[in-house]
Amino acid sequence: MKDKLMQAVESKCLKKENPYFEVGDTVDVYCKIQEGDKTRTQIFSGTVISRKGRGMNEMFTVRRMVGEQGVERIFPVHSPNIDKVMPVRSGKARRAKLFYLRKRTGKGVKLSQRHTEYTTTK
Amino acid sequence: MMLLGKKIGMTQVYNEAGQMTTVTVLLAGPCTVMQVKSPQKDGYTALQLGFDDKKACRVLKPEEGHAKKANTAAKRFVREWRINGKEEAKYNAGDTMDVNLFENVNYVDVAGISKGKGYQGVMKRHHFGGFPASHGTERKHRAGGSIASHATNRGNSGKIKKGKRMSGHMGMDRVTSRNHKLVSIDPENHLLVVKGSVPGPNGGYVEIHTAKTKS
Repeated sequence: MKDKLMQAVESKCLKKENPYFEVGDTVDVYCKIQEGDKTRTQIFSGTVISRKGRGMNEMFTVRRMVGEQGVERIFPVHSPNIDKVMPVRSGKARRAKLFYLRKRTGKGVKLSQRHTEYTTTK
Repeated sequence: MMLLGKKIGMTQVYNEAGQMTTVTVLLAGPCTVMQVKSPQKDGYTALQLGFDDKKACRVLKPEEGHAKKANTAAKRFVREWRINGKEEAKYNAGDTMDVNLFENVNYVDVAGISKGKGYQGVMKRHHFGGFPASHGTERKHRAGGSIASHATNRGNSGKIKKGKRMSGHMGMDRVTSRNHKLVSIDPENHLLVVKGSVPGPNGGYVEIHTAKTKS
């Protein structure tokens, strides 16, 4: 009963088509940014290092290196401000959370490639 | 306007601007008008609303008879709502009221019974400061301090002033939280979605009023 009613409320905000990607994948996140009256799309690309939560609360963390500096952004999967998430390259991950990448720099952050059907090649 | 209902739970939704809002989902109604109180008979004008049918085996005979007058089953949650004397004629016992009442409403007040916290000290119950962790404090880090002296304003008897805040049972009180923005209405499932948190546990009964101070 409770779940049914909660779903009735949440289902209006959930995205119909979820992008498919896994932890370890390199993704391009197309986020909408409001500047005055205009909205434009900015692409944040990096490795998905964690995915957590259920339903409305589902979030994923994308990490990228800018020079020597690591940058992480946490996105809600169902946010209307995210246009789409494109998986670019699949990486081999043996655990659900790749927080060990935070200690690595340079070549060490690159995961070995896994061949899948859902990643698009640029 | 008032509706009786049940707190279902909390979640988040996105508004038109794409911002996340924390909301509480309330099952509101459908309520039945059990009785219309009139000045001639009862001395005041009010609607008695009932929500959620009682299990047949738990219904007492007087309850059954009272509900029968409104041609309905006995209810678990019954509350009154005072109305203007002129409005009395609009309502009849046995009418049903649902979320469509709140169609043009922007803000609501929600009253419920808050979660019980048990016997609590003054720091949790009344937000007292307590005492320092160190600098010579011994065995009274969370104490309330002095409660009276010889010269309190109840005379010099050394009695404690009435209403002095002390430790005791906390929670399980009737609490009204005011001015919740009404985010959306779902007439199909009888749901009201209001911004913020409301008193009580999930599944607890609540009264939902139109906001008293904001419209």
